[in-house]
Amino acid sequence: MSKIGLIIKREIKSKLTNKTFLIMTFLAPLLITGFLGFIIKMSMDDKTQQKVLVVDDTKHTTQLLQGNDYITFYNTDLKLDDAIDKLIKEDYTCVLNIFENTVGGGAGAVKLFYKKSPGLFFQENIKNQLEKIFQEEKLKANNIDPNVINSSKEKIKLITQKVDENGFKKDDSNLGFLGFLVGALMFIFIMMYGMMVFRSVMEEKTNRIIEVIVSSVKPFELMIGKIIGVALLGIIQFLIMGVISLILTTLLSTIFLKDINKEFAKFNSQQELVKKMGTNVDFTKLDNYQDKIEVFDLLKKMDALPVQLIVICFILYFIGGYLFYSSLMAAIGSAVDSEADSQQFLTPVMIPLMAGYFIAIKSMTNPDSSVAYWASFVPFTSPIVMMSRLNANTPIWELLLSLGLLYASFILTTYLAAKIYRTGILMYGKKVSWKEIGKWLFYK
Amino acid sequence: MSILEIKNVSKKYGNHVALNNVSINIAEKSVFGLLGPNGAGKTSLIRIINQITGPDSGEVLFRGEKLQYKHISKIGYLPEERGLYKKMPVGEQAMYLAQLKGLSKAEAKKRLNFWFEKFDMQSWWKKKVDELSKGMQQKVQFIVTILHEPELIILDEPFSGFDPVNAQLIKNEILELRKNGATIVFSTHNMGSVEELCDSIALINKSEKILDGTVKEIRKLHRTNTYKVAFKGNVMGFTNALWTGGEVLEKITEDDINYFTIKINKAINSSQMLQAVLPHCELVSFQEVVPSMNDIFIMKVSNNNPQELGTKSNFTE
Repeated sequence: MSKIGLIIKREIKSKLTNKTFLIMTFLAPLLITGFLGFIIKMSMDDKTQQKVLVVDDTKHTTQLLQGNDYITFYNTDLKLDDAIDKLIKEDYTCVLNIFENTVGGGAGAVKLFYKKSPGLFFQENIKNQLEKIFQEEKLKANNIDPNVINSSKEKIKLITQKVDENGFKKDDSNLGFLGFLVGALMFIFIMMYGMMVFRSVMEEKTNRIIEVIVSSVKPFELMIGKIIGVALLGIIQFLIMGVISLILTTLLSTIFLKDINKEFAKFNSQQELVKKMGTNVDFTKLDNYQDKIEVFDLLKKMDALPVQLIVICFILYFIGGYLFYSSLMAAIGSAVDSEADSQQFLTPVMIPLMAGYFIAIKSMTNPDSSVAYWASFVPFTSPIVMMSRLNANTPIWELLLSLGLLYASFILTTYLAAKIYRTGILMYGKKVSWKEIGKWLFYK
Repeated sequence: MSILEIKNVSKKYGNHVALNNVSINIAEKSVFGLLGPNGAGKTSLIRIINQITGPDSGEVLFRGEKLQYKHISKIGYLPEERGLYKKMPVGEQAMYLAQLKGLSKAEAKKRLNFWFEKFDMQSWWKKKVDELSKGMQQKVQFIVTILHEPELIILDEPFSGFDPVNAQLIKNEILELRKNGATIVFSTHNMGSVEELCDSIALINKSEKILDGTVKEIRKLHRTNTYKVAFKGNVMGFTNALWTGGEVLEKITEDDINYFTIKINKAINSSQMLQAVLPHCELVSFQEVVPSMNDIFIMKVSNNNPQELGTKSNFTE
């Protein structure tokens, strides 16, 4: 086996047997999918079956309440106390008490007795229905046709469409947040693996094993082996995390989110209905249409995302950006004796990386601002910023130029880093300065 | 025949001259001592031989061939600043380092088994390095250095950190390795071990070689015409007889025997001196005092930089 191969193998093995690394690899996707699942679950309706016993003191409101898939209303003539008794003894979930004098002034109240805490959406549903019923009642009392009011309500949807000289393009507005997520992921990856290279280099120096190794292999081979080893490790970790996330998401969605496709289909048919009927549609008949419009719109747009392009670019930019930064990190790791001394050297390397991150935040709202545009060509920031700006309409030449610049400068940084590394790893007990490091570049 | 010829090697780090026009020949199958105070340039020279750095000018020949990458597998190096991966098991680590030197996996395993058995350390194989004592770690490092059976073995301060038992073990190994045909270069401050082990030495001071040759020659060359004489009889008579020929450096009298250390003038030789004193005393013993390597080291280095002596350097370790 070639020497670089041996170095790569050792680098990977030493990390794979490291407990912290393993825990991170398996725990991170668990936490992330758990968190995402939680958020999605929260944004979905509460689908607990509700059997509501209605004690209607007004006597005419109950028949106007409309049940749905999971809410059923049962009218009863029982007194409130008996109804509550019945709630406790039988399998009803709530008792709704509508007071006789509910309608009157501007505000009224009804009371809900429950056994198990009723969900927020369920409460909203009852509240909205009652508000509508009492409002129509009042309108009728004043001889106003509620249909007039309904038809006067206007819902405006803003439909965005990108155009250029070649005609209509895929709509890419409102995708800034997703772009930022990809950019942020890139930032985390470059930072994480760059630091891993830095630590690994410093470990060999502080362990004093470095001189034994460089008497067997060229320092450049050692540095490159290390950088490639950590990169492969990164890819392995990424794949493990990816597979775990995929399994978890599938599991979660089959267990908890099995209705999402049904919902999506329902949303689509509702959207068709809205298009057909225009403003005449009764929105209250559309099941939570307004709540979902944003989420599903985004989902539909995500469908239009150039996923393959993003994945390929992510890998290319990760390799380029990682190599660019990790060679700098290796040089720094070689120059210092302890992590405490490293801060003054790490900071200047971190700043452009952070800058890329902040520009990515900025480009969330304006992906074509001139700062974001230029930053997506500068190798220090391009991996993060270009990934956050990337969409189906990004010109290929921009990508090629940006990647070309990145890879060309990685060759330059690796060359410089190798020179610093070669000298740095053998320097002990000396507080190094930037000036000193500059001198190393010219040692033969 | 020389295994290594260092020709006019110079090396600078910035403005600091580490080596200035150093030339050394190292004979095959010998033990060669590379001596010099701290900061003299020994480690710089060793790093050039190991191709960790290159010389600014001059060249190094390995068996008459310009030193190049392929020679790495023929050289074994134990640096002064030596360590191991703390969290990596000993056996795995030794395997890794052996394979880096070009041994196949099977061969590395076979040889490691042999050495681990020889030094009675089979039980360490699965232990992590930070569970071993410093002396144990150094044994591992020594084994790794010689495992690929290098023709040239370079040991930088091999005895520092070893207890006397392990130091002796290493000394024996060094002699054994020479017997099997290897050439050993070692740098040390320990002059005792130089006299014990070295065939030849080179002394480097302030980036320059100031002395080299076989240990015997060097000691002969630095004779100071000093003798130890033991005799019975009249002290006055002895001193008077000697009077013109030399001076007495030390006088001790024990049980009727006088032990004198005398330095005789260059104009006369030891026979002439003896002829002069014999009529006045009964000679018990007579022996030349040859300077030790330690004396020569101190003398040479302090001539070279008298005011720095004893501050920067540490000769007796």
